[in-house]
Amino acid sequence: MSTAVDPAPVPRIRIPGRPSTNRRRSLDRLGDAALYGVCALAALIAMAVLLVIGYQIVHGASPAISKFGLGFVTSTEWQPTFGVFGAGTVLFGTVVSSFFALMIGAPVAISIGLYLSLLAPRGLRVFISPLVEMLAAIPSVILGFWGLIVLAPFVQGQVEPWLHDRFGFIPLFGAPQTTGSSIFTASLILTIMIVPIVASISRDLFLAVPLDVQDGASALGATRWEVVRGVVLPSTASGVIAASLLGLGRALGEAIAVAQVIGAGERIKASLFETGDTLAARIANQFPGAITEMHRASLFYLGAILLVIGVVSNLAAQWVGRRFGYQRLVTR
Amino acid sequence: MTEIAFDPAAPLTPTGNLRRRRAFSRLAQYGATGAALFAVAVLGIVVYSVVSKGASALSLDFLLKGEPVGIGPALAGTAEIVAIATLIATPLGVLIALYLTEFGKGRIAGPIKLTLDLMNGLPSIIIGLFVFGLIVEATHGQSAFAAAVALAIIMLPIVARGTQEVLALVPASMREAAEALGVSRWRTVLTVILPSALGGILTSTVLAVARAAGETAPLILLDSVYDGGRVSLNPFEAVPNIPTTIFRLSEEANPEGFARAWGAGFILLAFIMATSISARIVLARRREGAR
Repeated sequence: MSTAVDPAPVPRIRIPGRPSTNRRRSLDRLGDAALYGVCALAALIAMAVLLVIGYQIVHGASPAISKFGLGFVTSTEWQPTFGVFGAGTVLFGTVVSSFFALMIGAPVAISIGLYLSLLAPRGLRVFISPLVEMLAAIPSVILGFWGLIVLAPFVQGQVEPWLHDRFGFIPLFGAPQTTGSSIFTASLILTIMIVPIVASISRDLFLAVPLDVQDGASALGATRWEVVRGVVLPSTASGVIAASLLGLGRALGEAIAVAQVIGAGERIKASLFETGDTLAARIANQFPGAITEMHRASLFYLGAILLVIGVVSNLAAQWVGRRFGYQRLVTR
Repeated sequence: MTEIAFDPAAPLTPTGNLRRRRAFSRLAQYGATGAALFAVAVLGIVVYSVVSKGASALSLDFLLKGEPVGIGPALAGTAEIVAIATLIATPLGVLIALYLTEFGKGRIAGPIKLTLDLMNGLPSIIIGLFVFGLIVEATHGQSAFAAAVALAIIMLPIVARGTQEVLALVPASMREAAEALGVSRWRTVLTVILPSALGGILTSTVLAVARAAGETAPLILLDSVYDGGRVSLNPFEAVPNIPTTIFRLSEEANPEGFARAWGAGFILLAFIMATSISARIVLARRREGAR
């Protein structure tokens, strides 16, 4: 490990034009220390940034925290002109839109993972895998704009009436509104954003399932689906859950695309086809126009709530992943 | 129940329960294939929309002139912001990766990895709020520099993790050879390890750039009030940029603005697709080579 091992004295050979061994040795010691110092400093900066982020958000929110306290979280009043603020409506919108995005997205993404890892012929796999990952590379502002112009009218004109006609007795599927801007449209956009993340992680998980176990199941007469159901899914369940949590974290924190299609509604409504708002989208929509200090502080308070939710879902994903030994879940 | 006689000439076709299980299995396979096709179709539809509606907006004037004709200043501004962010994020990211691979055997490696993971998972709007409190409030104004700092925080974990992966791929024999020759640690890092990982560092930086170029949420808070009519590159004032231009135009219900937003979206998407596809191809080749 260490280079400072000093063996028995070696006869000194002085090469002209070269620093003496002594000088070189001290230079090396200095260089090693400097390299270590710079690297450690960079690592410390990263950790410090994360801590300062937490501090800064809470600091920005402190006027609102001291005025509204924890009641802010559940209060559904948000009237900037009267200086009354509460996070209830946007918290509701965040949870509902992300929940539905995960409900639609996770099964689709896991199916894609299964297809890419077990079903697709190799030639097709190397072609489709990057395409699915490309979906994650589309910037949210473009996806949101597409959602606003292309998806929302389609959803409002076709999908919502269809769902309303068949499942209208469930309050979730109320009458379609005049524009397609709704929690439902936002959920669909979020689905598009989380599918590639969950799909590529679950593909890697499924690929790591040992082949001989799968072959064993096949040899016992299991059909392909039974191999998946009996061997592949149970052995990767925790990893798939962690992947879904990562996707959920992404959906909860998405600001721009949601802001473009959710319609910035002010009330909690039972129907998915009504407008709503989420924590992140409200910050993006209102922060540039927030003039009063309390308005700004309240938006910071929303940010603090979002930070807590985001960190918790992320930590949960890490924990599930680490606990069950999927080290390589992170960062993609 | 009568006994079924064994008939060696009977065809080997599934009956009863097995037929049902087979059918279900086939159905599941169709479902999985359908899901994959669906995802590809969505990508196709989005890209087709952007290309078909964006291509008609393109012209030389659109690329070079300022608002209300084109997006020239915004292109320059985005390039500047991303360049500054890269200058901040790449050295830091590489150093952190070096720390993790060369020195980070100790107790501190875990927290650093966790930091990177959490940073990667942070909603970008939160990073925007943070930099707003840190820089914009202190300097009493939005600036390209503030936006670059936010993008650097977004890029940092991508660069660090990507670099760490390629550093781990540097063959142990090279390290050992350097050590056997009595080369000190820092010389080994500078002359052996970093050069052989340079390609990987570049690709992960390119991937991070592709991610950062389209980030909009932090820019809404940090760099959104500007004059889009002229080129401005002073990093200490707000400069025009592509993502906030698209966002603003999409919020105004103006067909002409929509056309420009599609055009700007086309340019942005083309850049991001080109960079990330080429980086992925290089990365895939290297992984194949390493096996």
